[in-house]
Amino acid sequence: MARIMPRKDVVIVGLGWTGSIVAQELTEEGLDVVALERGVWRATSEDFAVTNAQDEVRYRYRHELFESLSRQTLTFRNNMNEIALPMRQLGSFLPGTNVGGSGVHWNGQTWRFLPSDFVARSHNEERYGALPEDMTIQDWGVTYDDLEPHFTKFEFLCGIAGKAGNIKGELQPGGNPFEGWRSTEYPTPPMKMVYGPTLFAKASEELGYHPFPGPSANMSQAYTNPLGVSMAPCTYCGFCEKFACGNYSKATAETTILPVLMEKDNFTLRTESMVLRVLTDKQKTRATGVEYITAEGELVEQPADIVILAAYITHNVHLMLVSGIGQPYNPRTGEGLVGKNYAYQTMSGVTLFYDDDTWFNPFVGAGALGMCVDDFNGDNFDHTGLGFIGGGYLAQWQTNGRPIESQPTPEGTPKWGAQYKKAVRENYQHSISIGAHGAQMSYRQNYLDLDPTYRDAYGRPLLRMTFDFTENDYNMSNFLTDRLVDIAKVMNPKSYKVSRREGPYSIVPYQTTHNTGGHIMGASPADSVTNRFNQSWDLPNLFLMGAGNFPQNPGYNPTGTVAALAYHSAQAIREQYLSNPGPLVQA
Amino acid sequence: MFRFSRRRLLLGASAGILAGVSPALLSSREYSGEMPYRPTPFPEPSHYDPTRRFLTDEERAFLEAAVDRLIPADDWPSASELGVVNFIDSELAGPFGRGAIYYTKPPFMKGTEQQGYQSGEPAKLYRTAIAEIEERVIEKHGARFAELEPEQQDEILTQLEEGEMELGEASATDFFTMLLQNTKEGYFGDPVHGGNRNMESWRMIGFPGARYDYRPYVDWHNKRVVLEPVSVAGFTRFSPEPRED
Repeated sequence: MARIMPRKDVVIVGLGWTGSIVAQELTEEGLDVVALERGVWRATSEDFAVTNAQDEVRYRYRHELFESLSRQTLTFRNNMNEIALPMRQLGSFLPGTNVGGSGVHWNGQTWRFLPSDFVARSHNEERYGALPEDMTIQDWGVTYDDLEPHFTKFEFLCGIAGKAGNIKGELQPGGNPFEGWRSTEYPTPPMKMVYGPTLFAKASEELGYHPFPGPSANMSQAYTNPLGVSMAPCTYCGFCEKFACGNYSKATAETTILPVLMEKDNFTLRTESMVLRVLTDKQKTRATGVEYITAEGELVEQPADIVILAAYITHNVHLMLVSGIGQPYNPRTGEGLVGKNYAYQTMSGVTLFYDDDTWFNPFVGAGALGMCVDDFNGDNFDHTGLGFIGGGYLAQWQTNGRPIESQPTPEGTPKWGAQYKKAVRENYQHSISIGAHGAQMSYRQNYLDLDPTYRDAYGRPLLRMTFDFTENDYNMSNFLTDRLVDIAKVMNPKSYKVSRREGPYSIVPYQTTHNTGGHIMGASPADSVTNRFNQSWDLPNLFLMGAGNFPQNPGYNPTGTVAALAYHSAQAIREQYLSNPGPLVQA
Repeated sequence: MFRFSRRRLLLGASAGILAGVSPALLSSREYSGEMPYRPTPFPEPSHYDPTRRFLTDEERAFLEAAVDRLIPADDWPSASELGVVNFIDSELAGPFGRGAIYYTKPPFMKGTEQQGYQSGEPAKLYRTAIAEIEERVIEKHGARFAELEPEQQDEILTQLEEGEMELGEASATDFFTMLLQNTKEGYFGDPVHGGNRNMESWRMIGFPGARYDYRPYVDWHNKRVVLEPVSVAGFTRFSPEPRED
């Protein structure tokens, strides 16, 4: 029998980026908010000191900031004919745990999706005609214009460093001419570039493309955000992604919101509180709270008027499925919506090798230090006759020279032995990589449901992921990779190695922690789990945050849009829902 | 008000733990009304402990020979010369070896390459795989792996890599992938973990180690930055074991 806690106005599951944003916004409204975090409290001064943070074995390979699969994992198969087996080791993606969530160990590449990304189905159908039958992409129900103020709010929270390309319709030299309009310039100027990005920018310009500095949540200068929280200039230490910043130089929940949120009397955080299910009334018309288990193994029930799921997308979807909320998606019939439209990111790259007298100093890096080109993203170019829709940005980021992880070697180098060792030694300081950050359209056969065999440490069935790349992905990625090769040739290296997106998806090598979909948003309960405010169509007092809302995954890193959606949702709760609790959009 | 109630909560929690019963008010931890400060690192950072050993002498001999084929000596030291076997031994004796961060529940099935690692605890995989390999090597060559010629050792390692050697319960590819990964971790990782003695591998490639401020060098375009490496332990010359020179 679970112990029942006093009722709260709001219970939030997970205190990462979105949980912190929504908690901050709703406590401003005077609501009594409790956040339940499965991990522990983490903060810069105690846990991420600059003398300790740069430990590759400890953080990258022993996963100190990542979720432990011993508690909960998922099973994976490429298609419905295979038996899904557990992801026993983390690999392809690295969700975080503890306060701050995955946001603690992100790189900080902070994008806005294109206006056309939010209307992907109607836009592409209008321009190119009917889409493939199994391609299940759709419009988001929310537009770029709706989200613009929320993108801006997040960028000012973080002090994003960048150069605007379009301010209220006026193109700005030096910025991205393809981006959606911005109400104002970025809060801080771009990062200072190391050598590699300047070579990429020069070559792309020669080819007629439009290079611009990547938008960065690593601080190009000291910054105090609108909440009064200060950050320090980035020191280019090269330990961003997969690491925590020891220097208050990377925008995370810890460095932007929590110093203010944690001081509030109407906010409570409970750590080591693992939510096992969402509780509902018998008729499944509303959520009544959540049930969680403490570190000591005690079951606790937290009743609340509003329930907000702000866990990583796989866990949000899992909670929906194990709580019996909504109809699970069935790929054979196309019926059901929970778990539908799982998508990922389609990555490829080219590594360039130069002579011994060309020095890149790869260890001088930052997570979002680089130059980008957006000419081949979204629908920024004509896709007629190309055999795919979507695209991605191209970039040369100099993120790190971490010696276990970053061992660029030329084509044909063995993975071990004398030649391998020699190649690592000879190329470490003389090579750079350029990459294509490709979109992924959702398809009928890629989805999430519950596994019939394997269970987590709490006895619940594991989530099961059925996923593979599709023809659209391969065609798109080949096209983008060809553009990279064009740029690489102009960059004039001694040799280059092309890593195309080939073969089936593998859960083993790291790609990105950009998993999307599964509780997708849309304009109608017939095709989506949440409405344009990320409110559940079925249970109007249940809100879902995060990239699980993406109906498909555009060719950018997701965090900027994830955060903008959270602000958009919080504003609707504050301004509309509280005075009239019920559906914010009539079905 | 909140400070009082918070203290009471924490007292309640620790009293509950001491008494071995469910805490009176709240298990786990609750924070409200102030920015927490908890100056005890949690969990304690892992580091090399020479007393923490898992491997037998025979297993160490196998690994010494194997890792020195994966990263052999040339002008720069081999893997075992930089302490990689110590690193692996210490790791296998700790949470990593126990599979603390892995999903280790049965049933175990052979999957596709894309489904990745399907073995259990790493320490168990090392033990089983090494025993199986030695058994086959003795049967075929009448000698242990460490006693073979380098070319024969390479051939065996290649068979493991390509999954061409049956190891009974153990997966050859899972073992090889993990061994190669752990070897690179020990060779190129921070010396606090027992490998990369005196940061020799960092000197070999020119990585300056756990430095945190490269601002003076950002605009050194095409100009080499040379800095003596430093470990997270703070030393510019750091060795977890006394040097034998």
